[in-house]
Amino acid sequence: MSKLSRWFGRNLIRIYMVMGFTYLFIPILYTIIFSFNDYIKSNLVWRGFTWHNWQTPCGVPNICSDLGQSLKIGLLATFVATILGTMIAFALGRYAFRGRPLVNTLIFLPMASPELVLGASLLTIFINLGFNLGFWTIVIAHVMFCISFVVVTVKARIASLDPRLEQAAMDLYANERETFRRITFPLVAPGIAGAALLAFSLSFDDFIITNFNSGTVETFPLFVYHNAERGLPAQANVIGSSMFLIALITVLAGQIVSRKRKIA
Amino acid sequence: MADASTSAKGDLKLSNITKSFGDFKAVDDLSLVIPEGSFFALLGPSGCGKTTTLRMIAGLETPTSGSIHVGTTDITDMRPYKRPVNTVFQNYALFPHLSIFENVAFGLRRRGIKDVKEQVDKVLNLVELPHLADRKPTQLSGGQQQRIAVARAIVNRPALLLLDEPLGALDLKLRRQMQIELKWIQTEVGLTFVHVTHDQEEAMTMADTIAVMNEGRIEQMGSPADLYDNPKTAFVANFLGQSNLIEGTIVDSDGDSHVVDLYGQKVSVLKRRTSAKDSSVLFGIRPEKLRIQPDSHDKPGNLLTGGKISDVSYIGVSTQYQVEMPWGQEIMVFEQNDDGVPPLDKGDTVRLSWEPIFSFALDGNQDAQAGVEVDPEAE
Amino acid sequence: MSTATSTLQKPVKKRRKVPMPYLLLLPGMLWLITFFLIPILTLVKTSVNMDLQNYDPTSASTGSFWGNFWYAARTHEAPFARSFIYALAATLIALCIAYPLAYGIAFKSGRWKNVLLVLVVAPFFCSFILRTIAWKQILGQEGPVFHLLLNLHLVTLQTHITASPGAVIAGLSYNFLPFMTLPLYSSLERIDPRTLEASGDLYANAFTTFRKVTLPLSLPGVVAGTLLTFIPAAGDYVNAEILGNPSTTMIGNVINAQFLRTSNYTLAAALSFVFMVMIIAIVLFYISRAGTEELV
Repeated sequence: MSKLSRWFGRNLIRIYMVMGFTYLFIPILYTIIFSFNDYIKSNLVWRGFTWHNWQTPCGVPNICSDLGQSLKIGLLATFVATILGTMIAFALGRYAFRGRPLVNTLIFLPMASPELVLGASLLTIFINLGFNLGFWTIVIAHVMFCISFVVVTVKARIASLDPRLEQAAMDLYANERETFRRITFPLVAPGIAGAALLAFSLSFDDFIITNFNSGTVETFPLFVYHNAERGLPAQANVIGSSMFLIALITVLAGQIVSRKRKIA
Repeated sequence: MADASTSAKGDLKLSNITKSFGDFKAVDDLSLVIPEGSFFALLGPSGCGKTTTLRMIAGLETPTSGSIHVGTTDITDMRPYKRPVNTVFQNYALFPHLSIFENVAFGLRRRGIKDVKEQVDKVLNLVELPHLADRKPTQLSGGQQQRIAVARAIVNRPALLLLDEPLGALDLKLRRQMQIELKWIQTEVGLTFVHVTHDQEEAMTMADTIAVMNEGRIEQMGSPADLYDNPKTAFVANFLGQSNLIEGTIVDSDGDSHVVDLYGQKVSVLKRRTSAKDSSVLFGIRPEKLRIQPDSHDKPGNLLTGGKISDVSYIGVSTQYQVEMPWGQEIMVFEQNDDGVPPLDKGDTVRLSWEPIFSFALDGNQDAQAGVEVDPEAE
Repeated sequence: MSTATSTLQKPVKKRRKVPMPYLLLLPGMLWLITFFLIPILTLVKTSVNMDLQNYDPTSASTGSFWGNFWYAARTHEAPFARSFIYALAATLIALCIAYPLAYGIAFKSGRWKNVLLVLVVAPFFCSFILRTIAWKQILGQEGPVFHLLLNLHLVTLQTHITASPGAVIAGLSYNFLPFMTLPLYSSLERIDPRTLEASGDLYANAFTTFRKVTLPLSLPGVVAGTLLTFIPAAGDYVNAEILGNPSTTMIGNVINAQFLRTSNYTLAAALSFVFMVMIIAIVLFYISRAGTEELV
């Protein structure tokens, strides 16, 4: 075997990985690149580079108000889902009670169900009850499908918590409330934060369930969807790229910080 | 959260403590008194109930029945944070998100003590780690974490300090060092230590009093020398050091000794070292107390003849022999290599002799193998 | 104060009147029951509040339980079939793409493992719709790929890359790739590398080691990943709408249309419920086979 083909054989997986990640990022790169396009009407053909879109991200009607809706809904839904989900996670992780299999099933089902079914069934009940479709129905829907993810994330964190730490705290004169406040909660907090982040990203990017239950309210994904046919303004690319870069940098920074902490 | 109860002092008294988990009795009608200021060890194989007992004293488990007193205060139903008891956990259980200083200060702060710095500094100096006050537990080595765990507990001057196999995770050399240090701290500070361990050497090195536990009950309690020289059950005889237990029958009395028949050979044992209920006994003599010589010599004391060496192990300091006796049992002999005489050979016929004051007789109605093959690491 | 003869077992935590765990569970469980469980039950109820076969919004006659479901299923055989076929194809493609990727991250990444994991999930940080539209524009008639292929004379102006079943399947497999990769990675990561070394020590070459050791040990991840991909893919309609054409309609498109355009809630609910039942049946069948099958 020649040297080249031997190198190839050994690094086959690595080469594949480069190709794979490139494939994953193609549409992202495309989105970012075309956010700089000097477009007219529809952002389909490259006409030239411009900073203009980035300078006027809200320059298109509705785009920033829709983004605002997405953010408002996201924050509200995250807040509620995180609280409800964390409570359930503590119940599951720290207490014995009857009906555990039932609770676990009810938590698992929304995660496993297609969004189509979740959205459709919620719409059905909203129609039957005569609710006005809009901001609040979206929030209700988002909280519903986020709870399960919060429970799973926080529960995993609780499970990795050594119960002897809480026993040591009580051994050292901390009562139940103090133990929770000073030991349990600070140690579970990163898991709760992670769950909140997960919930927010699920809510922000949600399309199908939101589409079913939004009425006339428009969120950012809905804006993109509605304008896709007519011509998507590059400002949408700008916003999408910004969200991507902010999220990516935050997560990578978090990784670096936690790595530094471990070494120190 | 300081309470009158957290300043209770006195002897620790367990009265008829039982702990059941369903049908399984982890601790079975256990009673003992631990004098204030002593270093007490609970010794036994894994699963014997020693850790459960410790946790009941700490308040992390509740007894199914029985009571626990510190002096005159009944602490049986008290929550752990109300008891004048602190624990050093097996895996140290240091709070990973707090600094070493805050870890040690934790108990003091909960009790509302204002000026913690002085006390924390003092105890950190005691364990010789004042320079680590600002680090986090994950940055410390195992030995350092162990010492901080001890510091965190003793800074509160509890009536009782409980140690749950705290040296298990340390390597041999560090363990030896910590044994000496813990003993020193205990005498220096004057607290009552209750130390749980499966390592009989550790218990004998450190403790004033040892209680040997087996299957939820105390087999025997006493000073290390008491337990070693004068075991009362086969379990204790086999668990502490090693013993040769030979089935025999008491056939006669002679002054302050019994005469025991061992498969046709007669030996004697002091009456005060006999704990048999009837004439059926397990005659015991430890391997290091036996003298082995070729069949032609004569030596004073009790003796057994007709043994044949089946195995010889030369270990530098000593030589270990396995001697097969006429009735099929293999007797262990440890000879110090202190007389320049070369070791005997496999196949040699030998006689074994010993000073009569070293033999003991146990009740014959028990398992001669109890406490022998126990694997202390099987947790 | 208990007496020395007390025999009551006192659990450490139960002190108040209402047990703590139930208090903690109540709000969240109520939410899920109200907005998940009951809506699903409402689906059933809505499915039968009108006779679908003789559809008349003004009529008060209700449809029969089985009649409506049967009707819904029979008249929409094509979209149902397409949904499951596309989802299956997308799942298999995703599996093929994701498996070597997950393998590489688990075994060949050294210190970069965590960074790579983040990069696998990173595309999700950019809106799902934007990503799908990007593919449409990249592969579409005005896009760079088409122009290149046109210049290379590999396609004519008549061929469509987008607006085809292939594009829909490709879009589905792309969008759910992280769902496939992460469970695969998770179970591959758990394999002790010394197991693979032992296999080599026992005369197996790389391929055999993979076939007989790695693959079977990673099967839980394969099962999880395929389920996590297949289920949402079957219910998706965005990919079909953006990357497909009227002949690639999936059941999701139909349900969406019935709800939001035609307002035939009865039919829409019936279709949703039938779809849900089918998914459950497929999943249960798959799990039972994956669990008990003798694995190679």
